[in-house]
Amino acid sequence: MAEKKTQPEEMIVARNLTKVYGDFKAVDGINFTVTRGESFGLLGPNGAGKSTTMKMIASTSQRTSGELLILGKDPNKSGPEIRAHLGVVPQQDNLDRELKVWENLMVYGRYFGLNRKWLKGKIEELLEFAQLVDKRDNKTEELSGGMKRRLTIARGLVNEPEILMLDEPTTGLDPQARHILWDRLFRLKEQGVTLVITTHYMDEAEQLCDRLMVMDKGKIMAEGSPAELIKKYSSKEVLEVRFGSDNNATVAKQLEGIGERLEILPDRILVYTEDGEKALEQIVKKDLHPVTSLVRRSSLEDVFLRLTGRTLVD
Amino acid sequence: MSIDVRTEPKMTWTGARKLVDPRIPMSRGSLYVAENRIRNMMKWWSSIIAFGLGNPTLYLLSIGIGIGSLVDSSLGPNAIDGVSYLTFLAPALLATAGIQGAMDEVTWPTMEGFVWDRTFFSMNATAITGKQIVNGIMLAAMARCVLQVFMYELCLLVFGAISWQSIPILLLVGAFAGLGFASLMLAYSASIKDDDGVFALVGRFVITPMFMFSGTFYPISSLPLYLQWIGWISPQWHATNLGRAMSYGMPIEPWLLIIHWGSMALMTVVGFAWAYRVFERRLAK
Repeated sequence: MAEKKTQPEEMIVARNLTKVYGDFKAVDGINFTVTRGESFGLLGPNGAGKSTTMKMIASTSQRTSGELLILGKDPNKSGPEIRAHLGVVPQQDNLDRELKVWENLMVYGRYFGLNRKWLKGKIEELLEFAQLVDKRDNKTEELSGGMKRRLTIARGLVNEPEILMLDEPTTGLDPQARHILWDRLFRLKEQGVTLVITTHYMDEAEQLCDRLMVMDKGKIMAEGSPAELIKKYSSKEVLEVRFGSDNNATVAKQLEGIGERLEILPDRILVYTEDGEKALEQIVKKDLHPVTSLVRRSSLEDVFLRLTGRTLVD
Repeated sequence: MSIDVRTEPKMTWTGARKLVDPRIPMSRGSLYVAENRIRNMMKWWSSIIAFGLGNPTLYLLSIGIGIGSLVDSSLGPNAIDGVSYLTFLAPALLATAGIQGAMDEVTWPTMEGFVWDRTFFSMNATAITGKQIVNGIMLAAMARCVLQVFMYELCLLVFGAISWQSIPILLLVGAFAGLGFASLMLAYSASIKDDDGVFALVGRFVITPMFMFSGTFYPISSLPLYLQWIGWISPQWHATNLGRAMSYGMPIEPWLLIIHWGSMALMTVVGFAWAYRVFERRLAK
């Protein structure tokens, strides 16, 4: 593909992007565009093709076919030039265990050819940002999971990247650590950094992403803002009822006509409706008494279930 | 009710496009990788020095002087090549030091980079390429190799096994043996999926036989022909023979001289080409 000059605000343009490993199509002809300052999410279960897509955007893995422009350049030809302006936070932390916290940032900054004096100032800023000031001289192996994650993110910011890519940034962290991270990422977003995030947590996607692409089996199932997706693919509310795992399937037949749509899962029945309380009343009127019931707002989890027939987290 | 408002200073932000000139890492990336490796090595500097000086000292005391006096007393003080046993042994020990020093810096760091810490993937996420990682690792390994050979030379000098004039050429030969062997080992290490004690096997079935059958303790011609081939393919033998010719003037055919230099150069070229390929493929996965 010729290196066309894209609009300056188009940070990533993918057309018919495909990646094949042997006879397995990991990414199957997807199209999307990410513009400057946007926070773009890739949502999908394990094996959906999110990480493969990320590696192609990160310009470390070459596409099999299709077109891809990152910062207006073709990664197959200009990998190092593009990577010099990206920040990458991989799924698995790959910090240097032998080195201290500040040394990890220094060494990484050097890879971009940044000079030591400038880096010294930047490192202070990043340690502050990652709340690791008092861990500066610790070896990274002494850090908790959440701290390692924050350090990996800080490291990804050392070159003040045009696009920061985060592959499952909070997987494996406890709720408190996740909230600290979300707070930090939200700050970056406010600063105008373009974010590309993969996750299989819908709450994370709702918190951080302006726009989402739901992926499954290498394909895009849907695209839009979290609110748009929920509006388009789900109802306003969801009533969850449990009749005991042996009974759910049989009871479900009697629930037909209640709500707009039913989803029968092994452990519970989901009733999609505009008014959850009203649906519950209707069920009780039929002399059916669920063991537990819960009315909640629709979430991206429901969108995903609707689109793929599967839940996000296995 | 109290309301806490926390404000934090905004980060300064120039943006990578203005801040980072890709041409700098594209031309100097190998040096940055070497810088990182040396920073890592510095964490172990005391062990490196202690091993670098302690190992030759013990070796020279036991083998050099112990066996040396036995050889010299039974065959005369100028028994092999007209020199003392210690002098005969010295170039071989230097080749070993060069190979061992360089090898330590290509095997474990490569497992760390690809398997344990995956640091090569983090390097490759920047402008650094697979080739630059190979070059950087080798640069750092050679720094360690030269240091190790030099420390060994100091010990040999103290024991009177070499003359100070032969220090530069023996350093060069020892380092060249390290370069040839380490570049092959780097490529091999990069192809290993998981450790599983592979390096222990390499130590037992490659390094040790190489050490034993490469004319280290006696001329290779004393071995039956069916064992001599081990020497022919080993950088240890080529470097040992070269070192002997260059330091105390062991007689050598000119064509053999070319073979010695050439075979180590060939190992280096093959090793690098193989390593480039393995690194680039593995990083792109």
